[in-house]
Amino acid sequence: MARDELTGSRAAPPQGNLFRRRSWQQLLPERIIKITLILCTSISILTTVGIVSVLLFEAVQFFGDVSIFKFLTGTKWTPLFTSQQFGVLALVAGTMLTAVGAMVVALPLGLLSAIYLSEYAPDPVRRTLKPVLEVLAGIPTVVYGYFALLFITPLLRGLSEDIAVFNALSASIVMGIMILPMVSSLSEDAMRSVPRSLREAAYALGSTKLEVSTRVVVPAALSGIMAAFILAASRAVGETMIVAIAAGQNPTFTLNPLVPIETMTAYIVQVSQGDTPNGTLEFRTIFAVALLLFAITLLMNLLSQYVVRRFQEEYE
Amino acid sequence: MQVADPILQTKNLNVYYADKRVVTDVTLDIVRNRITAIIGPSGCGKSTLLRCFNRMNDLIPTARISGQVLFEGQDLYAPSVDPTEIRYQIGMVFQRPNPFPKSVFDNVAFGPRINGFKGNIDELVEQSLHRAALWDEVKDRLNSSALALSGGQQQRLCIARALAVQPRVILMDEPCSALDPIATLAIEELMRELSEEYSIVIVTHNMQQAARVSHFTAFLMADDTRIGHVVEYGESRQIFTNPQDERTEAYITGRFG
Repeated sequence: MARDELTGSRAAPPQGNLFRRRSWQQLLPERIIKITLILCTSISILTTVGIVSVLLFEAVQFFGDVSIFKFLTGTKWTPLFTSQQFGVLALVAGTMLTAVGAMVVALPLGLLSAIYLSEYAPDPVRRTLKPVLEVLAGIPTVVYGYFALLFITPLLRGLSEDIAVFNALSASIVMGIMILPMVSSLSEDAMRSVPRSLREAAYALGSTKLEVSTRVVVPAALSGIMAAFILAASRAVGETMIVAIAAGQNPTFTLNPLVPIETMTAYIVQVSQGDTPNGTLEFRTIFAVALLLFAITLLMNLLSQYVVRRFQEEYE
Repeated sequence: MQVADPILQTKNLNVYYADKRVVTDVTLDIVRNRITAIIGPSGCGKSTLLRCFNRMNDLIPTARISGQVLFEGQDLYAPSVDPTEIRYQIGMVFQRPNPFPKSVFDNVAFGPRINGFKGNIDELVEQSLHRAALWDEVKDRLNSSALALSGGQQQRLCIARALAVQPRVILMDEPCSALDPIATLAIEELMRELSEEYSIVIVTHNMQQAARVSHFTAFLMADDTRIGHVVEYGESRQIFTNPQDERTEAYITGRFG
């Protein structure tokens, strides 16, 4: 038959398996590597889960004793006094006051330096300036804290006697300087990703450099710039050392930046460093405050991601 | 080629990027209210030459020129001339459609607004879109994003945007190279209509396009040292049917480039 002829003309098929079986000695290293990698990844995830559950666990116990409504709406915060009051708004006001103050400093300066770096600075200048600006982000915050207390505050008090030694203003200014590189660097990245063709289109219509920057580049990069702002604000809300050192430890429900206040973070430092006994109601307050702080910063980070996704322009 | 009353002229124009000369000794007269095509192989300096007419090369820090570029007899590179003023009078359309990420209306209104336009902006936008043969397609979506338009529509929007500042010259840098054949035909038809009122200079890779739409054609070529120069300039009919230079003939018959 033809089939026999065909098969006969071929080389004989190999006997047994074509491929060597992989032995367990060969498979083992792969397994070990995979498991190690999974373990490493889980550490960070488990830590987050652990922190959140501890916060929740302690906070739930706290809210067993203190009404969550009174906690969120009260304006007097005196858990360490004999007449205990748990109005967290006094701390929230302190946090918002310093954070908003920091943003007032960082937004205009950050945006203007981003415009300069992205649109005006010649290449060599940008390549030198940007890393220098980013060095600001590497300064330990405790240094900023003492810079606020020992340098900015005396300056401010030289201007007006009414300013207290510990005040929100000084902390805000220094915190603004601290988050400035974040705002300018992220905004500059967003602005530089605006295609060159859009700038050319604007120039070809007779725009000056300023018009190109403010009417084309900034609007086109707005989603990235807004995300940078929100991230920086969230950083300011969570910042601890500067406000703990320079802003005071007086929970005050006020918008006056010249008097001592206390932020949520500074309060947590105060209690955890103090002699408040573990397991008491006073001690548990820091978990309730921390949970609220965590919720606020998480919300802001989510908002920033949403802004980027929602308002991102498809250029081409 | 001698031209009476040219709108644009170059005289012994050389263009340099840093120390490298990229275009040399170009002397051209651009005819008023006609379409002039600049053709030539890649890298011969067509776009560089075009960008001398509205000083877009100024945006490249290392670029400089020697020689003269004249618009209505005035030296565009004289120290007293503000390049933004030039660009009000000499508009430009680019290779890829580049509408701003704004509404259709705001795209067209952009130039007049920065220019301090005082008249009726709605009317001007409508008129510009009419001239760019886009009005009927976008009149119901003036406030929606320009990026939602098709590529061909975006390019006509860019033309409308250039027309809105009421220029006298329109420079087009391969305006159809990113478009499909139907959108290309629409743009070519539009160019013919616009040439009654505007002087148009178009850089194109596409020789059929140059032959179809242009009245005059300049053929540029780079020599062995990669420096572009004008090989031949004349009426398109003559360039494409009876070129005087054998290099032009070789190029238009597709032997190189």
